[in-house]
Amino acid sequence: MRNKKRDHTHWVFLAPYIILFTTFIIIPVAAAILLSFTYFNAIEKPTLIGLSNYVGLITQDEVFMQKVLPNTLTFALIVGPGGYILSFILAWLLAQVPKRMRTVLALIIYSPSMTAGVAMAVVWTIIFSGDETGYLNSLLLTMGVLLEPIQWLQSPEYLMKIMIFVTLWGSMGVGFLAMLSGVLNINTEIYEAGYIDGINNRFQEIIYITIPSMKPQMLFGAVMAVVGTFQAGAIGVALSGANPTPQYAGQLMVNHLEDYGFIRYEMGYAAAVSVVLLIVVYAFSKVAWRLFGEKD
Amino acid sequence: MSAFQGTKMNPSKFHKSQLKFYLFLIPLAVFMALPIVYIFFHAFKPIDELFAYPPRFLVDKPTLQNFVDLFTKTNDTGVPMSRFLFNSVVITLIVVVLTVIISTMAGYALSKKNFKMKKAIFEINTLALMFVPAAVAIPRYLLIDELGLINTFLVHILPLLAMPIGLFLVKQFIDQIPDELLEAARLDGASDYQIFLRIIVPLVKPAIATIAILSFQLVWNTIESSSLYVNDEGLKTFSFYMSTLTSQVSGNNVAGQGLAAAASLIMFVPNLIIFIILQSQVMNTMAHSGIK
Repeated sequence: MRNKKRDHTHWVFLAPYIILFTTFIIIPVAAAILLSFTYFNAIEKPTLIGLSNYVGLITQDEVFMQKVLPNTLTFALIVGPGGYILSFILAWLLAQVPKRMRTVLALIIYSPSMTAGVAMAVVWTIIFSGDETGYLNSLLLTMGVLLEPIQWLQSPEYLMKIMIFVTLWGSMGVGFLAMLSGVLNINTEIYEAGYIDGINNRFQEIIYITIPSMKPQMLFGAVMAVVGTFQAGAIGVALSGANPTPQYAGQLMVNHLEDYGFIRYEMGYAAAVSVVLLIVVYAFSKVAWRLFGEKD
Repeated sequence: MSAFQGTKMNPSKFHKSQLKFYLFLIPLAVFMALPIVYIFFHAFKPIDELFAYPPRFLVDKPTLQNFVDLFTKTNDTGVPMSRFLFNSVVITLIVVVLTVIISTMAGYALSKKNFKMKKAIFEINTLALMFVPAAVAIPRYLLIDELGLINTFLVHILPLLAMPIGLFLVKQFIDQIPDELLEAARLDGASDYQIFLRIIVPLVKPAIATIAILSFQLVWNTIESSSLYVNDEGLKTFSFYMSTLTSQVSGNNVAGQGLAAAASLIMFVPNLIIFIILQSQVMNTMAHSGIK
């Protein structure tokens, strides 16, 4: 205990992380909040305009209220819980098969998430290509389902569905792996005790034993699902090749923000959009904590 | 307990009662793997097969021509492809190594040291797990501009080094190491740095491997730094170059398809190889990944 007073080594260990963390994560978030109360066009100095950006966002930005916000919510509500539930089901199924087979299958299911997003957009643009050489068009034409090729990625009707599909395809990431280990690490004696206590089918077993026993992994998976969902925002622009996306059909908050920030240079306004986005992400994560957190 | 009839988790061998799981898992896995298998075939297709109508999934006469074209191709401003690949490899190596070191050090301090701010720092970090970089792209850009990092090599590296999820995972892992072990080492006269290097690091190898993979996937695939912070073509990365090929493919223009497919393959394969080598370590880490 003698050296307790002069033991500051923890700061030595922490310093590099804290410095980088503060610089590239904390300060930008704080700056976004401050900028959101200003008018700033990246050339002149920002001028304080109070809540105008937020008021404008809610009352005047028709694109935001009619397209971007509903799109973001639809996308998030389908991809988030959808990807999450799918991850859990797959993790549970994988836990029921022997190790060698499980490893191979888990690798295949995880692999899309390694490159999900922009790198894979190449493949998807070819598959969904608008003329008859596109794989999907060609397949559907040969099967007689379609008479004419469809411009999948340029059509407001299909773009969102394709974005959701592609994102779900790549959503078995770290959260999925965590849930898989969670299922595998549950002590089998708990199951035996559960059956003695009157559990009599697989479904009850999942609800009463499996999920409660892996709450920490479920929570981790949920937080990762929320983050992954909101990070996937670039996909619409990558697929359609344009920002804004055709008739704003695939426009998510992230794209709206880039549209204003880097195309129109209305940085203050874009900052307000980012603050709203951060609040939305936070709210979604809060729900996850409520559901799976041990305490609040 | 042979009378136990419930779920057999983690079975040791095949049993026909598992067939129903395979019935669901295998078709799904095949479906999920299709786009990836497709890149492999597409990358080796000669030009006439790329343009073939109706398009074919499999490759008939595989050729390396797409790769040759890709490597000899120079972009509009005269920067050869190999330059982008070189940039990416160097950046990725530096980021992965430094992220691992920085996260492990911070994880050790947060797990095994007692000081006032400890809880608060970890709380903020857990909150930052939800951080979406794209959301604060603008202030980040202004900050990076302010720091004079625009158009430098460092801009690819510095913003990616603090990885909240990395710190989180390694801290959870170090929590499992008993304090008595560290106490014993301290009594034997080991300094903090020795404890860190000789005890902590070897014991958290699985977590380190996981951070390495996650950080690799992040930095190797990112295009943000090249598209936003760098104007100098010679400083851009392979993933960015790759994304410019993508935009040429859209619509009826299939001229770049072979190149784009070969480039996607080069983007994808390193992720796969690293993950295959380290996957058992990753699973080990994930068992400790819970948020408490």
